[in-house]
Amino acid sequence: MKIEVKDMNLYYGDFHALKDINIGIEEKKITAFIGPSGCGKSTLLKSINRMNDLVENCRIKGDIFLDGENIYKDLDVNLLRKRVGMVFQKPNPFPMSIYDNVAYGPRTHGIKSKAMLDDIVEKSLRDAAIWEDTKDRLKKSALGMSGGQQQRLCIARALAVQPEVLLMDEPTSALDPISTTKIEDLAMELKKDYTIVMVTHNMQQALRISDNTAFFLLGEIVEYNDTEKLFSIPSDQRTEDYITGRFG
Amino acid sequence: MRRRLDMQLDELNELLTHMGELCQVAINKATKALKNGDVSQAKKVQKADMKIDQIEKDIESLCMKMLLEQQPVARDLRQVSAALKMITDMERIGDQTSDIAEIVISENITESMELVELTQMAEAAGKMVKDSVRAYVNQDLSLTRKVIEADDEVDRMFVENKKELVEYIAKDKGKHGERAMDLIMVAKYLERIGDHATNIAEWVEYSITGIRIEGN
Repeated sequence: MKIEVKDMNLYYGDFHALKDINIGIEEKKITAFIGPSGCGKSTLLKSINRMNDLVENCRIKGDIFLDGENIYKDLDVNLLRKRVGMVFQKPNPFPMSIYDNVAYGPRTHGIKSKAMLDDIVEKSLRDAAIWEDTKDRLKKSALGMSGGQQQRLCIARALAVQPEVLLMDEPTSALDPISTTKIEDLAMELKKDYTIVMVTHNMQQALRISDNTAFFLLGEIVEYNDTEKLFSIPSDQRTEDYITGRFG
Repeated sequence: MRRRLDMQLDELNELLTHMGELCQVAINKATKALKNGDVSQAKKVQKADMKIDQIEKDIESLCMKMLLEQQPVARDLRQVSAALKMITDMERIGDQTSDIAEIVISENITESMELVELTQMAEAAGKMVKDSVRAYVNQDLSLTRKVIEADDEVDRMFVENKKELVEYIAKDKGKHGERAMDLIMVAKYLERIGDHATNIAEWVEYSITGIRIEGN
């Protein structure tokens, strides 16, 4: 297992947002988190690179391991975030050039050589399947790109620090169908080298691209299984009711 | 969304039940036509087969529409895909009743015949078809089991029929050989109808449990 969550409970003040979470995320696979709004899936996703540390009144019990190392005890948070990248629901490029967006992470980690940065920028943009769209306008503002392009740029930016895990929080919910397909194709391509965890409200998307799916409800993981199995013969009635649209 | 899907599933159940009833009626009529050498009855069977073909197309397009509009998963998906498989078997049942009718028409038999075993076989096969569709509508696993078990009995009747017909040919020194051959074909069609009903029952089991058992 690339990531292991053990007996995790998370509270926002009095609110018990995650209850007794135990889940193993397989390496170089796509794992989808599904469930109705407010069920805890984004909370767990964010916990994997300690984004909840910033939330006031947030208390976490239990452990999360990355390659066997406890991310709350053994790892420096900056190092953790280098290894575990995040892509958000709405594309959030920095207000700077395409090049500088991608070079931002490597620069923060101390890379100054122009040649080296050039290589990283090109490789990351290529890996994010957006090199052809951007190679002639690297110095132009990232904000002039379309939503789909911006999202792929954000993926390139995440890839630039050579992470091992990519967390994606509804990465296509703000995109049109063509851009969505591109991101999905990209995710399938990226899983050769990266472990991907994706929160999605689009069940067809989870079905199309994920290997495993976890169904969350009211802060609990109700069912975690091979995606095809979960969507064809769910073992819990609540899963069946949710995926067939009986609630949620 | 869900309400529309439920309405479409209800419509699908109604159409399937109707198709199953048509098959059953066709089997009964075909057997009667054979028994009484009734050509006009046989022609009615052929008309019923056309109706069965039409309803197959209706169900097919409803299922396609549901797949397209609703992208069903889990039990919903299994119900739609099982329906698509079931109608192929029902359509074949329709064809086989029509084949039986064709034998009646082409032979132009006018005298009635004692066909006790064949009539029983037709009844048994017809019941299998009826039960398999009822099992689908009621999502009844014990009924599918009964259908699958009943197929052994129909198979046994086929073997009996064959033996009897061989004796019949021998006794008559082959005088009614052609007639006997036709009857063995009829028995074979009925035996196949039993197999199709078994397939239907197996698809019903799949739609309920999600597990596809290897049959036949």
